[in-house]
Amino acid sequence: MRTTRDLLIALLFIGACAMAALTAGSVPARAQGFDAALDKFAADSFSDTEVGIAAVAASGHAMAARVIEALQNARLQVDPATRKIYIRTGETAVLDAATGSAAPAPAELKTVRINNRLRRAIEAALGGLTLLSPDPAKRFEAAQAVFKSRDAAALATLDAAIAKETDGRIRRALTEARAAVLLYKPDAAEADKLAAVAAVKARGDQEALALLSGLPVDAPARVAQAAKDAVGSIQSELAMWATVQNAWYGLSLGSVLLLAAIGLAITFGVMGVINMAHGEMVMIGAYVTFVVQDAIRAHHPGLFDYSLLIAIPLAFLVSGFIGILIERGIIRFLYGRPLETLLATWGLSLILQQAVRTIFGPTNREVGNPSWMSGAFELGQITVTYNRLWIVVFTLAVFVALLALLRFTRMGLEMRAVTQNRAMAASMGIRTSRVDALTFGLGSGIAGIAGVALSQIDNVSPNLGQSYIIDSFLVVVFGGVGNLWGTLVGAFTLGIANKFLEPFAGAVLGKIAILVLIILFIQKRPRGLFALKGRAVEA
Amino acid sequence: MNGLLIRSLDRGATAFLAIVVAAAMIVPALNLLLPETSPLHVPTYIVSLFGKYVCYALLALSIDLIWGYCGILSLGHGAFFALGGYAMGMYLMRQIGTRGVYAHPVLPDFMVFLNWKELPFFWYGFDHFAYAALMIVLVPGVLAFVFGWFAFRSRVTGVYLSIITQAMTFALMLGFFRNNFGFGGNNGLTDFKDILGFNVQADTTRAALFAASCLFLALGFLVCRALVSSKFGKVLVAIRDAEARTRFLGYRAESYKLFVFTLSACMAGVAGALYVPQVGIINPSEFAPANSIEAVIWVAVGGRGTLTGAVLGAILVNYAKTTFTTGALAPYWLFVLGGLFIAVTLFLPRGIVGTLSHWWRERRARGETAGEIGGEPAPRPAE
Repeated sequence: MRTTRDLLIALLFIGACAMAALTAGSVPARAQGFDAALDKFAADSFSDTEVGIAAVAASGHAMAARVIEALQNARLQVDPATRKIYIRTGETAVLDAATGSAAPAPAELKTVRINNRLRRAIEAALGGLTLLSPDPAKRFEAAQAVFKSRDAAALATLDAAIAKETDGRIRRALTEARAAVLLYKPDAAEADKLAAVAAVKARGDQEALALLSGLPVDAPARVAQAAKDAVGSIQSELAMWATVQNAWYGLSLGSVLLLAAIGLAITFGVMGVINMAHGEMVMIGAYVTFVVQDAIRAHHPGLFDYSLLIAIPLAFLVSGFIGILIERGIIRFLYGRPLETLLATWGLSLILQQAVRTIFGPTNREVGNPSWMSGAFELGQITVTYNRLWIVVFTLAVFVALLALLRFTRMGLEMRAVTQNRAMAASMGIRTSRVDALTFGLGSGIAGIAGVALSQIDNVSPNLGQSYIIDSFLVVVFGGVGNLWGTLVGAFTLGIANKFLEPFAGAVLGKIAILVLIILFIQKRPRGLFALKGRAVEA
Repeated sequence: MNGLLIRSLDRGATAFLAIVVAAAMIVPALNLLLPETSPLHVPTYIVSLFGKYVCYALLALSIDLIWGYCGILSLGHGAFFALGGYAMGMYLMRQIGTRGVYAHPVLPDFMVFLNWKELPFFWYGFDHFAYAALMIVLVPGVLAFVFGWFAFRSRVTGVYLSIITQAMTFALMLGFFRNNFGFGGNNGLTDFKDILGFNVQADTTRAALFAASCLFLALGFLVCRALVSSKFGKVLVAIRDAEARTRFLGYRAESYKLFVFTLSACMAGVAGALYVPQVGIINPSEFAPANSIEAVIWVAVGGRGTLTGAVLGAILVNYAKTTFTTGALAPYWLFVLGGLFIAVTLFLPRGIVGTLSHWWRERRARGETAGEIGGEPAPRPAE
């Protein structure tokens, strides 16, 4: 009962301000109405205030929006002695509400009180007022609000706003809002309604779908038919966008997986070393980013946008150096004993985690996004965030760089030679133990720069690496050991499959399904998608 | 069979069994019969603590059976342990009856809390201990059989097997963390009251659980011992050391592996079932891959391929863990554990018992004149 009445009042207000906007006559008359309206606030009784809100909104005065906003924020005050209304702007500063100019603050000011019912009236009044607001963001918001509320009373204001509007985006929003209103207005002409269906169809999102499929049953047959066709075409378009979105999320997840796994593809795939501390190399890279950003914040805040560019080589060096230490200190004694390597490096991962926990504390550390990585843009019906986009680009760049390194440099040549036939490589004069150390350092260094990228989308905590290690191994094993292309295909397959399963199964069940599928897949092809053929398999 | 059992018990094994059985009788006696003031009195919390270690020892034994004697490194044995534990936990939950917070006669508290109307079908029967006991062995056993059937038949070996077992326990962990799986979500099952009509908190029950754990450990040890000293055990060792060669000699390696893997999973399930009433809770973190890997290091420390070593390693490492994590040194425990992983693999690849027995045999071989070198060759772990 109450809500219907409120709605009615709100409608009246919007209607009133629409009328005001259209029929605004001479300036003095307008000012007069405004002053009379302001006077309604002086009594500070809820019912008078309500009338006042409506009158102020209807006055079309330049100060109307500011007065109502002030009322909303409890900054509208009244001097009980003179019944003049002021807007408080600071500790001592006030504006004369009638003129908008600064005024000396009277000794005693009382705030005009509001209650929930008035709050709703205020919002409705502001909605109507802001369709004509000079601030484009507010106009856009107001247009969206009308699109949802479909108030027939706003139609006149909408027409005025459309006629005035120069910004294409807002104009479209206003047109859509107008179409929404017309569609639900029983007495609108059929031609108008058909045009409205076309306008809403052009919008093409979930809300447009809801609007069109919820049309009243008594709509004219041609309108109903047009709406039905539009619903069909919007639905198929939305389904297409959903697929695109899943594919994009999948690509994004796949690139994260690839980034985490690509270092492992070197140490495990090429060298055959099971490095369970690989995740910790990623974590160290993320902490290097944290330290770099911390130093920049303290000394050169202006360089913050370059923090990642500084962190990438540093993380590569730090993780790579630790990797070389690990290879020299532990792993070289365990070549040919993969299970022992697994246990020793697991122990190492515990030590590294605990060391980081001791130094940096167990909680998440704050790593910020540089300005060029924050924000998002719209692509059709999906939103693409810049940090995800950059990570996809960065991952592919790292992958290409690594391929080039292995293919075209002397070090890459030596690495391939040693992994293919160690004895022969040694006889050709390659220092195999040095190549081992460098290869392991390379894999660890790449894990480090993966950490820089992952610090942008994940929590930087001592457990960061743990959450990637199982996935990384699965990617490498799935793709086929000893083959970088396999890792690429494996990572993107798993990422996309995961995201396409999620809508059906939910995030956790989707993940479980992927794990089970990989387990089954390994039974079928124990050496992965792209298995090496020949003698290397049994080596 | 009798002959096999007797033949399998050499001096060391007999001594070990004697110690375990003696512990099963003496520790509860010292706890229950002596007054608390007596210097020889064993407090109840120590009984429970060591009862927990004994369960870990049984888990270590099951890992040693497959890793030490058959070369299968499972990084997912914690999953079988936890499944056994959940089966026991479900029995214990059903025993609570109307004493729960919501006093529902059939549904456990967490189901009432989640607004479930009736018991899910997989909870049927768990109010009978015999059925629960069957499930404790059956569920881990069937999972291991199915998993192993796929894995061994397609010759997934070595590191690949380790990684997919890890993925298995990880998947189970994710699943059990969900409320709608019907196993209490991340709170797991807890707040137990009775086991077989006895109060789980009572000193006598705890002492009995300790004794039962020791007896099951002794039984597990006997089974493993009989297995590895039979001809079957020799084939297992052959598979461990040269799988391809064994297959070419006409043995079906995958069948051997499947049998021993399934048996080992059943043992792990029993260990988990004994563990749950003693610690009073089972939750999905028991499935964490880290737990399974930690259990492997117990075996490595004690000595892989020596059954007594696995037991010793489990008790030693866990005793050290308790000592460290309860004192001021708690933050350093992971350094110690991690260091242990590295030190054992680098410097003590045979483990404690393996190194000692190797050293003992060498000494005896040197002491005796040439020609008769100790009975059997030292167990040499290989990939």
